Amino acid sequence: MTTPTNAMPESLDSRGIAPTAMSATRPMYWSVRRELWENRSIYIAPLAAGIVYMLGFLISLIWLPHSMREVAAHHPAPQLVELAMPYGHAEWLLLVTGVLIATFYSLDALHGERRDRSILFWKSLPVSDLTTVLSKVTIPLMVLPLLAFAITVCVQLIMLLESSVVLIFHGVSPATTWAHFPVFQNWLVLLYGLVAIALWHAPIYGWLLLVSGWARRATFLWAVLPLFAIGVLEKIAFNTSHFASMVKYRLMGFAPKAFDFQGHTKPTIDSLSQLTPGRYLSSLGLWLGLAFAAAFLAAAVRLRRYRGPL
Amino acid sequence: MACIEARGLRKAFGKTIAVDGVDLRVEEGRILGLIGPNGAGKTTALNAILGLTPYKGELKVLGRDPWTERDQLMRDVCFIADVAVLPRWVRVSQALDYVAGVHPRFDRAKAEGFLAKTTIRRASKVRELSKGMVAQLHLALVMAIDAKLLVLDEPTLGLDILYRKQFYDSLLNDYFDRSRTILVTTHQVEEIQHVLTDLMFIDRGRIVLNCSMEEFESRYLEVMVNPEHVAAARALKPMQERQVFGRSILLFDLMPDLMPDLMPDLMPARVDRQQLAALGEVRTASIADLFVAVVGNPGGGSEGAAR
Repeated sequence: MTTPTNAMPESLDSRGIAPTAMSATRPMYWSVRRELWENRSIYIAPLAAGIVYMLGFLISLIWLPHSMREVAAHHPAPQLVELAMPYGHAEWLLLVTGVLIATFYSLDALHGERRDRSILFWKSLPVSDLTTVLSKVTIPLMVLPLLAFAITVCVQLIMLLESSVVLIFHGVSPATTWAHFPVFQNWLVLLYGLVAIALWHAPIYGWLLLVSGWARRATFLWAVLPLFAIGVLEKIAFNTSHFASMVKYRLMGFAPKAFDFQGHTKPTIDSLSQLTPGRYLSSLGLWLGLAFAAAFLAAAVRLRRYRGPL
Repeated sequence: MACIEARGLRKAFGKTIAVDGVDLRVEEGRILGLIGPNGAGKTTALNAILGLTPYKGELKVLGRDPWTERDQLMRDVCFIADVAVLPRWVRVSQALDYVAGVHPRFDRAKAEGFLAKTTIRRASKVRELSKGMVAQLHLALVMAIDAKLLVLDEPTLGLDILYRKQFYDSLLNDYFDRSRTILVTTHQVEEIQHVLTDLMFIDRGRIVLNCSMEEFESRYLEVMVNPEHVAAARALKPMQERQVFGRSILLFDLMPDLMPDLMPDLMPARVDRQQLAALGEVRTASIADLFVAVVGNPGGGSEGAAR
């Protein structure tokens, strides 16, 4: 979220800067802030998810000392999995929340301004359609993944501290917890995963934004039903399901490209060697997806010029 | 350079022609009132000027093509559309922050100064403000922008008379400075008569009257005719006649031969002020009455003149 313009001293405004002195990124920065003002769910929902999760975890701490003593007698391997589990769940919860928010945000982004007629106000200001659309796609592609990351880190840190306090209070050393939860490695994996997913899903957000700028109503149906229709049509006509598997690949295909699960039955990451950024970056699916995303966004920019209030 | 220059401006929605070949030239420093009935094409014409709708024909606003250069144009052009368009979720302070952030010619201190004269609080959201306050806020934002052209489409629609008066007063006193140009449409014609420098009537996509206010005042006169002179007055072919408290009020065009689209054989002879003064009490016509005379009759001025 920290763009270079962030550092620009505010006093420049009041002194009346020359028209040419305004940097090109300034309208972009303010447009993104505008999105956060309007759609407070972007940060409230992940925060709420994090708080609810921590609350549940706090209550579960009542049983922690007991189970720690239990597992202390057993092998360390299952213990590790059991200890890391609540932390992994926090990551999943924040990830899913982020994707949901991103989806519904994108479906409304170019529709809401037409519905409430405020598009006439936004268009009365020297902000190009390109800047507007780019500021809106920044939310699912950058703001939400980074927020999900930051909140997950905070939640996990607080969880670690809480469990340590509880364990010390009960005379159990928290060293085992800390030793078996590789904090920084985990965060690196999380950040990598969030970025990989966001980029992989970029054409989806591009499509949703395009539909939100195009449809007069029922943006969700317009976004989803045509895909269904194509899938059904293909199934009936040719009895194949290439399109359906293509959609599935777009939704989930990032996982086998970005990670090497090394034959694990569950998608767990134990070491950094399981990250495969090279394979991910050289996969055709990523670049094809980004090309589609660019095309959808270009269409949305062009479309917005023609769009007025509904 | 003219502020707005249009030649053969056309816009159709399907088979409905909204703007039908309009030629228009608005010089810098004018306050032009664009008056027309609902559906006459006012808003469409304004939207073309503001780059909100594609069009056919030639159009240059401050030397730019509004459709392809809207974002650059909006550095020098401001507009208030015919409905409240400030987003309802925005706080007053956020609106100030945002416009200050994206507009190179916005003077925040000036906007704060305007707002200080109102009861609008910085922390309020637009949805919490009354209709009049929203208009005040929008005007404060717009007036703090050092723009060359201000376009107002029904800016005072739905406001009570106090807000309406205040709106035009602050526009004239605090904003207009002879180097700016203002283009305004409204149905409350009588309220802006003293504000305008130029007047334009538009009907069914065409301009049916286009004159400066000096021209208007010297050309269109209204006579409250003494009862004994009514027949003589009618013989001079007024544009329109109406009855008020049993007295006949006749509206005259002193230069009917300048009326566009007039058949030469229908053209009435010119009348002069002295002639009219002999018939009754003479005064300047109101824009509203002239509007009814020109636009209210099918066929525009010609039928009125032919009666």
